[in-house]
Amino acid sequence: MNVPRTWDEAAALARPAGAPLAVSQAQRKGAIRILDVTKTYGSGATAVSAVENCTFDVPAGEITTVVGPSGCGKTTLLNAIAGFHSITSGKIFLDDEILCGPGQLQAEPGPDRVVVFQNGALFPWKTVIENVAFGPRMQGRLSKKQAYEKARTLLADAGLHGLENNYPGEISSGMRRRVEIVRALMNEPRVLLLDEPYRALDSLTKSVMHEALLQLLEKNRLTIFFITHDLEEAIFLGHQVVIMTTRPCRPKKILTIDLPYPRDYSMLTTRRFRDYLDETLEAVHEEALKAFAAGEKER
Amino acid sequence: MDDLRATLDSIDTKLGADASADLAYTGLARSVSRPRLVVRRVGQWLRSPRPYLMLLGFALFMGTWYLTVEVLKLPHFAQMPGPTAVLHEWFSPDPAFGLSIYTADYYLHIWVSLRRVLIAFMLATATGVPLGLFLGWSQRFKEYVFPIFELLRPIPPLAWVPLAIILFQGVETPIIFLTFLASFYATTLNAMLGVQSIEASYIRAAYCLGAKRWQVFWHVIVPGAMPFIFTGLQISVGVAWFSLVAGEMVSGQYGLGYVINTSYTMVQYPTIVIGMVTLGLVGYATSVVVRIIGNYLMQWRARELGLGGRQ
Repeated sequence: MNVPRTWDEAAALARPAGAPLAVSQAQRKGAIRILDVTKTYGSGATAVSAVENCTFDVPAGEITTVVGPSGCGKTTLLNAIAGFHSITSGKIFLDDEILCGPGQLQAEPGPDRVVVFQNGALFPWKTVIENVAFGPRMQGRLSKKQAYEKARTLLADAGLHGLENNYPGEISSGMRRRVEIVRALMNEPRVLLLDEPYRALDSLTKSVMHEALLQLLEKNRLTIFFITHDLEEAIFLGHQVVIMTTRPCRPKKILTIDLPYPRDYSMLTTRRFRDYLDETLEAVHEEALKAFAAGEKER
Repeated sequence: MDDLRATLDSIDTKLGADASADLAYTGLARSVSRPRLVVRRVGQWLRSPRPYLMLLGFALFMGTWYLTVEVLKLPHFAQMPGPTAVLHEWFSPDPAFGLSIYTADYYLHIWVSLRRVLIAFMLATATGVPLGLFLGWSQRFKEYVFPIFELLRPIPPLAWVPLAIILFQGVETPIIFLTFLASFYATTLNAMLGVQSIEASYIRAAYCLGAKRWQVFWHVIVPGAMPFIFTGLQISVGVAWFSLVAGEMVSGQYGLGYVINTSYTMVQYPTIVIGMVTLGLVGYATSVVVRIIGNYLMQWRARELGLGGRQ
């Protein structure tokens, strides 16, 4: 297999001959490159490979959705990008800087890559506005007054006006997710990492959240890395869908979704959408069967 | 297709309506003043069966006591003071054994005990909360300290009495030390568990948003452990009264434990029960005060649990 070992090699593979090599400062907008990443838990006979020789690109300013059987190692990958876990080998790049690789196997978590968690992680002891202003306040980037002002503007933009002084426990779960995304945007991140953020939501709320997320992408130039196991969601949102193999995790198939934005729900019933869905379903089903068989064997 | 679109639009407005309903709800809660809220709560309580069940419980308890001691005069209870004897002594302006709500000594005993508990409780909180937070926060610190802590914890305060007397001068300090011990363990352990109970995603989110280690400690660890800390403080104030009485029975000239012990040696049986009931009442009151402070400091929790909170 031809796996690039360095950023230069990878860039050479990815770019047409003669194109400039380095990414200039102005073009920095959150392209992630995952190069031959392996993550093994434990060692010796009990070692379990969660991710193995995983290589793919998350293009800047686009939504990349990642689907795969549950427990396949998608979250491991997200944690490696965010800097919550180390990797065993390989490299991860954010634009032209190396996040983790040989020598420094764990990335430093930072506000350029903000995670929105599966079960939500708004601090229940802080009001909505305190939560939203948290990032710039901690980094010392903005004064309290500036941070609150910006928070109010962003909250109002997201249709969350009037909730500033409520605690997260007092608002609905759909609103909590929106607040959490606003909290992330306050930091002007290059990348938004979402780990099945809408899993716990009912389907009606979910559909509204999808459109809100797409609108958000229009307003802010940023890259979205979105883990889900809802295939419709993956295709509806993504510029590209990365279908993962079962443990150890690596891309099985990468689908470019050639549907125009802004997308709306009428798309779900179109022929092309259905074709994408069939294609995805087939790949995922194959992996699910493998995962099931592996589970049987372990028992 | 248009149908679908229309449905989604209506959903959208529905969700929008939901948002404003939520706002209306919180707005409403805010417009109600605190005293009116209290009145409403009390009204609800009186309309529910709870107060009457509680009264019935008390009546059954007192009735059994009265029946076994004063009516049936069961042999086992021959020496036991009956409720009428206790109440008569307790509310007598001229008590037979010198202690009733009309005597200054009664309040002096309460005050001395209360002061010892408060000092011990505050010391235990001031040392136990930080210790517990650090134990939960730093694995290395825990490895140094926790084994010693776990070895000392099962030793009951009574076993410390001789050492307490040897170590500390006077009457007050040994008693306060004994009272402090059990509170300290309860507070420390709960603060530690509080830190361990914090969901990892909160800590990760804080780092993600650019917080430094000490900022995570102040903004995530401390408030996140708060519910457990206050549970610990309620236990702590309870066990403080436990060990206080043990200490006061050993030494001292005042205090409710002393009252109970001397009344026994001087055969003033109704006074024993007065001391016990007073302990129960004062102990309950302190625990309520701790709970109120907890709810006040943890607005987010009080509001989440629908307790109203400070608006």
